[in-house]
Amino acid sequence: MSKKTDSNIYTLIFATGMVLVVGTLLAFLASSLKPTIDENKRIEKQQNILYAMGVNDNDESSAIFVSKDKVGEEFSKYITKQLVIQGGKITEDDNAYLIDVKKEQTAEKEGKERKFPLFVGEKDGKTFYIAPIRGKGLWDAVWAYVGMDEDMVIQGAYFDHKGETAGLGANIKLRFFMDDFIGEHLKKDGAFKGIAISKSNNDPKNEDKIDNEVDAIAGATITGDGVSAMIKSELKKYVSFFNTLKTN
Amino acid sequence: MGLLSKKDAALITDPFADNNPITIQVLGICSALAITAELKASIVMAISVLFVMGVGNIVISLMRNIIPSKIRIIAQLIVVATLVIIVDLVLKAFQYELSKTLGAFIGLIITNCIIMGRFEAFALANGPWRSFLDGIGNAVGYGVILILVGFFRELLGSGTLLGYKVLGDPIEKTGVYAFGYENNGFMLLAPMALIVVGIIIWIQRSRNEALIED
Repeated sequence: MSKKTDSNIYTLIFATGMVLVVGTLLAFLASSLKPTIDENKRIEKQQNILYAMGVNDNDESSAIFVSKDKVGEEFSKYITKQLVIQGGKITEDDNAYLIDVKKEQTAEKEGKERKFPLFVGEKDGKTFYIAPIRGKGLWDAVWAYVGMDEDMVIQGAYFDHKGETAGLGANIKLRFFMDDFIGEHLKKDGAFKGIAISKSNNDPKNEDKIDNEVDAIAGATITGDGVSAMIKSELKKYVSFFNTLKTN
Repeated sequence: MGLLSKKDAALITDPFADNNPITIQVLGICSALAITAELKASIVMAISVLFVMGVGNIVISLMRNIIPSKIRIIAQLIVVATLVIIVDLVLKAFQYELSKTLGAFIGLIITNCIIMGRFEAFALANGPWRSFLDGIGNAVGYGVILILVGFFRELLGSGTLLGYKVLGDPIEKTGVYAFGYENNGFMLLAPMALIVVGIIIWIQRSRNEALIED
């Protein structure tokens, strides 16, 4: 005897019903939580930018952002200018940090003039220039906020990723990797060279700051190569801005 | 008689040892290889799967009489996917930091064949309470192996546990490194997870003859 749940009609009705219920539930949840999620993302961007200029609550070994409730205040205290560089023109925009780098990269590919956000921070009399960059890791996107001085020497960096392997590529967002970048020169003999994530660096304590190399992470070769490529191609686009700083 | 009858208690304890989903049923190997390079990730994954399996088994069990058998696999997949997405969204809104840690696991939870396996083999034929116990039991059995593998891989591969340098500093040459010990980078790669799981299976079978197949 066949059960009533075996009939085609029932199967169709069940499938439609299930899709409707699940679809409605998820759509409702997603749209009602969206404002909270977007706010979290906005706060995170401010935290990342501050991190790259050394404003953070780091303890001895882990990377800790300034707390959520303080971040807005600190952001307006330390970030003095937010610039947008577009086709050689530089404008100020207080919401430049909300520019979506991914969208701008797509625009660039389509032949449009890309907007490059750059954040200028002041701390203890020093000026920091923080650039958001984005590239490809092994599985998905990797991105970073890189804080530099006017000679393009890195003062701080925050790396993050969407889906790199836990324990391997995902370690780019750990202190031992990010801290290696501090003090590294992006230029060599006056010309932009970038920083390579190198397996043959042979400098585990990272004492050589002008070799344009930092130590790679074991088991994360492709993520490392992605980070190298991202630094090289993306930060290069800011070189002309840093050159104008010199001539003024 | 206690809280659980003997039969119910076996649902929890069996997968823990002699019917372990990883070492005996050899399910869920994909995620066991992918995320056990460090202990923290293993623990997070174990807890996530515990939640999804407990709740998922209840939901499937409640729906077991209305799910048409022709599309039962799709229906199960939808239930897992929905649960995982709900958890992901809620965490993103209220526990943003945690959700970033979990981000990479979301896909791995959905495709974990232990979850589908228990839905198919148990929840479709049993009541919600027993299904819940079965889900918890299997998730714990899975989690224990995951944490065990993560423990050895992080310890031998990076010389750390939960990020703490328990063996000393490999660069400053302190602790055991002072005697010429080196981290084994190979432990961080996926093949070693398989070998560690293999060793666990070997030990388990050598201690329990009933498990040895001809």
